[in-house]
Amino acid sequence: MREVAIIGIGMTKFGELWDKSFRELVAEAGIQAILDAGIEGEEIDALYLGGMSTGRFIGQEHVGPLAVEVAGLEDLHLPATRVEAACASGGVAMHQGFLAVASGMYDIVVVGGAEKMTDVVGGEATNILASAADREWESFFGVTFPGLYALMAKYHMHKYGTTQEQLAMVAVKNHYNGSMNPKAQFRRKISVEDVLKSPLVADPLHLLDCSPITDGAAAAILTPLDIAKKYTDKIVKIRASALACDTLSYHGRKRFDSLPAAVEAAKRAYKMAGIEPKDVDLAEVHDCFTIAEIIAIEDLGFVEKGKGGKATEEGLTALDGEIPVNTSGGLKAKGHPVGATGVAQINELVMQLRGEAGERQVKDATIGLAHNVGGSGGTAVIHILEAI
Amino acid sequence: MGVARYWREIPARYNLIGKKCGVCGKVYFPPRIVCPKCRRKSIGKMEDYKLSGKGTVESFTVIRVPPPEFEGKSPYVMALIKMDEGCYLTGQIVDCSIDEVHIGMRVEACLRRIQEDGKRGAIYYGYKFRKAKE
Repeated sequence: MREVAIIGIGMTKFGELWDKSFRELVAEAGIQAILDAGIEGEEIDALYLGGMSTGRFIGQEHVGPLAVEVAGLEDLHLPATRVEAACASGGVAMHQGFLAVASGMYDIVVVGGAEKMTDVVGGEATNILASAADREWESFFGVTFPGLYALMAKYHMHKYGTTQEQLAMVAVKNHYNGSMNPKAQFRRKISVEDVLKSPLVADPLHLLDCSPITDGAAAAILTPLDIAKKYTDKIVKIRASALACDTLSYHGRKRFDSLPAAVEAAKRAYKMAGIEPKDVDLAEVHDCFTIAEIIAIEDLGFVEKGKGGKATEEGLTALDGEIPVNTSGGLKAKGHPVGATGVAQINELVMQLRGEAGERQVKDATIGLAHNVGGSGGTAVIHILEAI
Repeated sequence: MGVARYWREIPARYNLIGKKCGVCGKVYFPPRIVCPKCRRKSIGKMEDYKLSGKGTVESFTVIRVPPPEFEGKSPYVMALIKMDEGCYLTGQIVDCSIDEVHIGMRVEACLRRIQEDGKRGAIYYGYKFRKAKE
């Protein structure tokens, strides 16, 4: 297997982008990444595009050729693959791109992720997101997506004494980080009180415990490490790319206080990278709901199981903490265009590892980890990146 | 959505008929096609098995923002329930006040209206749970 590097990144602003179509978002992120890498269109060998539900959000499937067309690469007849793994679509697209380059099949691969979520109205977006859960045995009976994470939260609180305030502190921290990210959907700081006073969505989760509905796209350019030097001297290497799956339904799992697929993907990734959790300088984790970040830092081995709430309260994961988590603002503040999220996490890590994160720069960041989850934990993808 | 999609799930949704692995004896609900423990050995040996309907609440939430099909029905309680046979499922808790629901609460299944396909479409039934009489 060849070693793989990231030589370019691109990302649109995240938010309710009424004036931008899916096409425009894909083009904007892709073009930024291509310009950042300094590559020519003819050099591109393949494209992978993560998108969760383009069919239901904009009535458009078959978005591989759409991406080829917007990039003006149809004369190359570029092989383009759309990748779907619910909210982990972007992360799994990264994994596919990594495999394609590592295997020796392709030299320059564009990985993208995009979702246009605000063209549907009312509760339709929530209903589409519910298709990441088990339609026949979960959603049919009336449980929503926030509802599934609420079951996790209640379980965690009951078993370990995790508090509503500790959940809220995840949102407060991520909004603080997001306030320094010009591309974040929400750039205002919030307080624990704001979270607790926001309406309940599914007890114990309040509105401000939940990530928003977002439009956006992100992209990254992958090459073999040995040719990366030709394009840039700020090389970020992919030390590990690991994917793991579990049951589709939450009730089918072996554990309810953890996402076993994330634990397994992390184990595989640490082994592949030859590192331990303590070697990680910063992480972007899948905080679709505040409880998800608490469970994530436990599953990743940053803290013991059950101690995630306390660790958040004590500032372990703050921007100036021991392991800064979600320096971008996370899904909570940066926004969560589902298919784009996994690639957006990679964008943040690359910026941090290159020392280009501005106000929110983590000092001496060398190793970064991205944790991207699909559904209630049916899919988990972990990437470990290193600045070299 | 065509009615066949709902009709074919009637045995499990009306009568809690799951599957029992003919090799190891483990009970599965919702029904599974292959036993994840015995895998190949269980092929063709998964037998219908009716659950007792009794279980315990392992976790719960109150849905305040419902999906479109449940518009006007919130707030309602959804729970993660461990059935006495050892399998877990997700179901609604009814016939009691929200404040009464707690982790460890004993519940039993009852047949109820779950949702309907618009004003003129089919009505879909299935299991919900109430406080156990025992």
